[in-house]
Amino acid sequence: MSSYSELVKNFEKVRTYMRDFYVYGLKSRSEYDKKSARSYDDERRRIESWLGEHMGYTRTTDGKNMFISIDSRICAHNPLYRSLKARSFTDKDITLHFILFDILSSPDISLTLSEILCRMDDYLGCFESPMMFDESTVRKKLGEYIREGIIVGTKQGRTMLYSRSETVDISCDTDAVHFFSETAPCGVVGSFLLDKLPLHSDNIFFKHHYITSALDSDVLASLFDAMHRKCEIAAVNTARHTSGTKTLNLVPLRIFISVQSGRQHLLAYQPHSKNFGSFRLDYLSDVKIGQCCAEFDHLRSQLDHCMQYMWGVNCRNNESRLEHVEFTIRVEDGEEHIVHRLEREKRIGTVEKIDDKHYRFLADVYDTSELIPWIRTFICRITKLDFSDRTTENRLRRDIGEMYKMYGIDGGDTA
Amino acid sequence: MIFSELYSVYYNAVAKILSLAVKGEADEKALHHIISQYAFSESMLTILPSLREEKWQLLKSDMTTPLRHEPTMPLTTLEKRWLKSLSLDERIRLFDLPFEGLDDVEPLFTPDDYVIYDRYCDGDPYDSDEYIKIFRTVLEAVRQKHPLKICAYNRRGNVMVLNVLPSRLEYSEKDDKFRLIFTGCRHADTINLSRIISCRIPDEEIRLSCEPVPREKRTLTLRVRDERNALERAMLHFAHFEKQAERLDEKHYTMRINYDRADETEMVIRVLGFGPLVEVIEPQSFRELIIERLKKQKSCGLK
Repeated sequence: MSSYSELVKNFEKVRTYMRDFYVYGLKSRSEYDKKSARSYDDERRRIESWLGEHMGYTRTTDGKNMFISIDSRICAHNPLYRSLKARSFTDKDITLHFILFDILSSPDISLTLSEILCRMDDYLGCFESPMMFDESTVRKKLGEYIREGIIVGTKQGRTMLYSRSETVDISCDTDAVHFFSETAPCGVVGSFLLDKLPLHSDNIFFKHHYITSALDSDVLASLFDAMHRKCEIAAVNTARHTSGTKTLNLVPLRIFISVQSGRQHLLAYQPHSKNFGSFRLDYLSDVKIGQCCAEFDHLRSQLDHCMQYMWGVNCRNNESRLEHVEFTIRVEDGEEHIVHRLEREKRIGTVEKIDDKHYRFLADVYDTSELIPWIRTFICRITKLDFSDRTTENRLRRDIGEMYKMYGIDGGDTA
Repeated sequence: MIFSELYSVYYNAVAKILSLAVKGEADEKALHHIISQYAFSESMLTILPSLREEKWQLLKSDMTTPLRHEPTMPLTTLEKRWLKSLSLDERIRLFDLPFEGLDDVEPLFTPDDYVIYDRYCDGDPYDSDEYIKIFRTVLEAVRQKHPLKICAYNRRGNVMVLNVLPSRLEYSEKDDKFRLIFTGCRHADTINLSRIISCRIPDEEIRLSCEPVPREKRTLTLRVRDERNALERAMLHFAHFEKQAERLDEKHYTMRINYDRADETEMVIRVLGFGPLVEVIEPQSFRELIIERLKKQKSCGLK
């Protein structure tokens, strides 16, 4: 039986638990049925070790429900990044790492493998039972570090010379690295950089700050890499409700990020169905980069064209099935900020002034239902709805009627 | 790609321990301090014994090390590519981050690789030299904890002058705006940077009027009916708050959210967005705000 460690080899294992604890915090131990109870206990203990101060639990009749609760407005640094700094390693990995970089202490030093091995003895000889490293272990580690870009391998004749890479100085503006570590895609990389810098005070904080995307950083980086190479991918997609998995073959075209829900979607072309589709990043895993896609540029410009009809992430690539959305709101004197709201939040739509008190929003979209939550935020001033998708329009009217009933407002009908 | 031991808190903590050892400054107390500051809460149980028992052959029993240099590691390709991507971000001009040594590096992503589709379109003017100058002055005042003299437009468009003690900058991704949070002023504690006409760190001593007013926190209790994926949408939408959820039955859940009283109107709008799938339970005053809006809606004679 393997003993418990707070470090993990495979992040995927803990990713789902983290998300469940953070987003929901509703499940009891017995509901985590995918893994054994022991596995649940281990993952919970790990997450507590990484995020202790942000974890809590509620007692219910089903048992203890663990949750992660974070007010991201007062945490200048995304606490979920800590989970991505918990990769396990062997005793030899860490010993070799520090010795190698001490031997190759400056980019001017270039050594062969046998020279490195020879110098390693000086480092290990002082210990009671010195670790033994064979040539292939050290060569493999150097090869790994060449791929990571921290070691440079140069061929001199038939001999490979190893040296450390030139470094880049980022110490002059910690606030910049900090700011982008929280706001740029794959921000955890910025957090890795901050770890290398001296401790600094936090001068920038964040409001409306969604931090869950941290857990999808590896998937996102792989997708960016595939897009950069204009390649297809194969990725495992987990069905939202059934938890069943399916491997998808896709041409990744663009990441769609929401700053109002924290969700990230991949917009991709599906060669199998010859359609565009959107896929939640938190349900994707195990991204493998495949062959180059000669059509990449063409497909991306098709997506560019489609974006004029996308309110959110739904894309049909078929203009003959566009839906028209129109609604009118009443704006009283002194409520100019409402007109500003319409203007700044209209996205692909347009806003027309009808008269001094009425403004109309219009848009042609692939999916009317994507606008409904936004339209509902104007409740108290909606005077007219006119959707080509009558089913969605009627559902919105019913929703308003239901709200009247829910809050005890007489009648319950929408008029 | 990203999940690698090279970025682990263990490697970072051990690097710091070895730095002290190289300088001959390592002792038990310092090791404890480093591990508790830089690693996880249970890391002490692994890092200390691994070093002591020579499983990791880096630190000798007398707390010296065979290493001759303080440990450093060059930036990985991933780190360089991420930094290069920042050079393409319009907000980079606000800062002073040189991109030397990245000429041959391919960015990890470009602005064409992603889109933020629901950001408000009246964000701060990052291409304005005036704005950049104001941003840098404000940031410097925050860094140095210097008072600041600000000339700005108020909400009504009138010019006002404020003497403030900057506390921090706050950025909203949704609004794409920076705000300065400050103390020392009787009338306000926040100002959008885009409203500032000019500002300076004064040479003369300036009077700051009062003590900071603590922000009032409130708890909102919502009942979520899990239809049309409402539970997941609500949980994600309110995920950035301190919150707690509980299952009532197969279909209904309660959610308690701690929010800032000053953001109440925004919260009302956000709750309305969920329609009848999210009901305000408490506080009654918040419920009344929803009722008031619904009554107004009823009077609109929706066609």
